[in-house]
Amino acid sequence: MIELLAATSPTSTGEAVAFWFLAPTAVVAAVMILLSRKAVHSALWMATTMIVLAVLFIMQGGIFLGVVQVVVYTGAVMMLFLFVLMLVGVDASDSFVETLRAQRVAGILLGAGFGVLLIAAVSRATFPEATGVGAANDAAGGHVEAIAEAIFTRYVFTFEVVSIVLITAAVGAMALTHRERLTPRRPQPELSVDRIRSAHPTPHPSPGVYAQHNAVDTPALLPDGTASEASVPDELRRQGTVRYTELEDARKQEDEDGEQG
Amino acid sequence: MNPENYLYLASILFVIGAVGVLVRRNAIVVFMCIELMLNASNLAFVAFARLNGNIDGQVVAFFVMVVAAAEVVIGLAVIVTIFRTRRSASVDDPNLLKL
Repeated sequence: MIELLAATSPTSTGEAVAFWFLAPTAVVAAVMILLSRKAVHSALWMATTMIVLAVLFIMQGGIFLGVVQVVVYTGAVMMLFLFVLMLVGVDASDSFVETLRAQRVAGILLGAGFGVLLIAAVSRATFPEATGVGAANDAAGGHVEAIAEAIFTRYVFTFEVVSIVLITAAVGAMALTHRERLTPRRPQPELSVDRIRSAHPTPHPSPGVYAQHNAVDTPALLPDGTASEASVPDELRRQGTVRYTELEDARKQEDEDGEQG
Repeated sequence: MNPENYLYLASILFVIGAVGVLVRRNAIVVFMCIELMLNASNLAFVAFARLNGNIDGQVVAFFVMVVAAAEVVIGLAVIVTIFRTRRSASVDDPNLLKL
């Protein structure tokens, strides 16, 4: 299997077919990241591109790298993106209003120029006859062994530095998203003592007038037919979205009329 | 097929990512485009490893992935912090230093 995938020089027909199928997929998905109005759709296209790239890595003999690509990128990084999208709000679609005039045209022109430069450089360069990584794998006794040997001997210093970078990033993320409490936390015993000393130690009446409504924004009716303010959440009362029954509305109207008259 | 085609694909993906960074306004999408550019460079590294017949390109691509993961963590933490104070994830809104 590894010998088969170690991608030796003249590429096989199978690889060519896979490439001409996967490369347009990657490019279309990458363009759709730019064109999607909603960030969630961009994230899904990004995941597509990353999976296609993982397959391309494996096709070129980077089996370990292909697996790492799936685990780290499509697994961890994309999930992180989706978490943050959910925190920030999924519905928030991008505004397409330009704050700088003609910035979009300038950006696309710059990109096109840069692309021409890159492709010209690649097309002008002469490359060695592709040998594939098969020989390097065999010298170490296997693909993963070859990568392990490189990481833990020649690149061991880079490896250590990268581990420091990762630890710093983890600490940095915690420091950045940490929020100080503005008010001291009130423990459970203190809250229960407060409740017993208050005028209303029992639970509040449940909301809803069951013959007509069954919702938290409808206050319960007291025996005399008036609405019980304690039965609706404070937050709804603050927002002014409490739904009174028609009877209660009529009574309030009467009270107001009586006061005016 | 010529193995250099992978380099052309990597160039195209890198350019699409760069245009995305310049054009899009949502900070999270800008970040995804940066990830796309890093991925494209990884593809080029893997293609070079194959062209030159040694494993070093793949090891460098591996380190690029690790650094990209660290960068995503910090970048998204910054975006969340900005969103908390400004209620917006647009790169145009944090312009308080502008005259």
